[in-house]
Amino acid sequence: MAILDQSAYVIAYKVKSGELSAVAVLEAALERIAAVDGRPGALDVGGLNPEDETKVHAFITLTADRAREQAEAVDARVKAGEEVGPLAGVPITVKDIFCVKGTPSTAASRILANFTAPYTATPVSRLETAGALTLGKVNLDEFTYGSSTESSAFQPSTRNPWDTTCVPGGSSGGSTASVAAGEAPLSLGTDTAGSIRQPAAFCGVVGLKPTYGRVSRYGLIAFGSSLDCPGPIARDVRDAALMLSVMAGKDPHDSTAAAVPVPDYLPSLEKGVKDMRIGLSPDYMQITFPNPETGEMERQELPKEIREAILHAAEILAKQGAEIIEDVPMPNTAYGIPVYFVVSRVEAASNLHRFDGVKYGFRTQAEYQDLREMYRKTRAEGFGLQPKLRILMGMYVSAAQYSEQYYARALRVRSLIRSDFEAAFDPEGVYRVDALLTPTTPTTAFKMADIYGDSVLMQYADQLTVPANHAGIPGISIPGGIDSGGLPIGVQLLAPDFKEETLFQIGHAFEMATADEAWRGLKPRVLREN
Amino acid sequence: MADEITSELFEHLVDLAAFAFDPEEAEYLRRELNNQLKAIHQLEAVPLDEEVPLASHGVPYPEQTRPSLREDVWQPCDNPKEILEQAPQVEDDYIIVPDIPHTELE
Repeated sequence: MAILDQSAYVIAYKVKSGELSAVAVLEAALERIAAVDGRPGALDVGGLNPEDETKVHAFITLTADRAREQAEAVDARVKAGEEVGPLAGVPITVKDIFCVKGTPSTAASRILANFTAPYTATPVSRLETAGALTLGKVNLDEFTYGSSTESSAFQPSTRNPWDTTCVPGGSSGGSTASVAAGEAPLSLGTDTAGSIRQPAAFCGVVGLKPTYGRVSRYGLIAFGSSLDCPGPIARDVRDAALMLSVMAGKDPHDSTAAAVPVPDYLPSLEKGVKDMRIGLSPDYMQITFPNPETGEMERQELPKEIREAILHAAEILAKQGAEIIEDVPMPNTAYGIPVYFVVSRVEAASNLHRFDGVKYGFRTQAEYQDLREMYRKTRAEGFGLQPKLRILMGMYVSAAQYSEQYYARALRVRSLIRSDFEAAFDPEGVYRVDALLTPTTPTTAFKMADIYGDSVLMQYADQLTVPANHAGIPGISIPGGIDSGGLPIGVQLLAPDFKEETLFQIGHAFEMATADEAWRGLKPRVLREN
Repeated sequence: MADEITSELFEHLVDLAAFAFDPEEAEYLRRELNNQLKAIHQLEAVPLDEEVPLASHGVPYPEQTRPSLREDVWQPCDNPKEILEQAPQVEDDYIIVPDIPHTELE
């Protein structure tokens, strides 16, 4: 097996034992990147050439020198018989929404294209301390605002390694694509409405949105401060658990990082699902969305292949000894997106006021008479359309005269969404489930350019993932099959606050029980052709 | 309830947000805003009890899981120069901005 097709767990084990050098792992990663990635995302590139359409384009900035220094340091420690961390020699990619000292940290926006971070985000520094090799920064939707990675100011935007005519999902599309294509076994993403889980589903990898507060947000360029969660992306559940165990925990730099002890997730992986109660909800087997022609809200069943993948997963888990609880009501699921249209926009508008051409980042080169004109020109030129749309909506729904009817109402409905989960998980309630089993996405990966520009339909790609963000609970997407078009289907598990352990336990049991299924042997197309 | 973001209201928001648009962009953005508003109006159908609290965050944030407040002691920044280097215009360690327009407060 090629070095990069092994798990992070195995790579670290081999590096620690001296069987494999970290430098050799790095060389393998750079070779893989050279083979599949194509040119990195950049500003103002003009049109695409035919070769671009066959490549992954996960990267914005490759930091090979940083990774090489890290790899040499790991090898020197191993050679000297010194202790190395649990991710010794494991290459990682970092969504370019995290600050990494001395590295361009762009948020995939023109307004930060020239920004070099003066400090490193807590989750990144913890991964680096654990021995990871930081390969570089990967693409995303501008400021994370999207579900396809197409809105990046850095083009070509990332493509799906399973089919490069399709989107990788988003906003952590560069992260999930880099892991699916074997450029790195691990990537650091963020999830505000589904931005880890949705692209993980589209790219056939594992993506975890931890509980809000489980992982520090220090050094994460903020979008929705009450919703944003940094989390791991990996090719199997064990690697995601390993990565979370390194990153999680309190942080003096982020007062919302909870002082809740971090369990050792790895030993519990093998516990299995016997006697666990796993819930299915009819409210997650359908979506409600506005008809693009008429604008009327319509309810639709999910595609048959997606429903069947979930029922298949339920059967597998039942065979392993779990009790499947059907018909768990989650009546407020359909309101997740309308609430998100209000809450996330208000938080985005507030967070994006800091980008003004004064302290850092881009300043207009055009002429201006005074400060206000400089702000206007800088922001007009620096932000793409999606951030502008979010800022405008946030200002509208939080304006004094409208905030009661929009913002306050949305925050109350957010309470109801949280109550749905509390009722399902209540140990003394009717359902008493340990976790809910749902599809991650209403469809598999869609074609590039098919939805881009329709900001409403694009947002509805997150309908099944966003309730967990409103509630703050953890959720994981794991590969659950391949559809007839050859594209991955994601299975989502949702658990109570700080019960990531449960998600890993169920996810790992599902992986073990399906290890011999035919679809598990399929590889992304970019790897078949190389 | 206001059902539409009119051109006048849109212009006002653009001014507050410190943006500027050409007519084509403005038309796209106003259309998308109004489409999003339609989705937001779904929330009116939700029966809401007066007692339903406003949830500004999902996970409870009790004292036990909050980090304790640190001592209020001065901690020097170790790289002020690097931070200043990020600013588009700096003179003698001051960040420079263009003239600030005067407005009469009512």
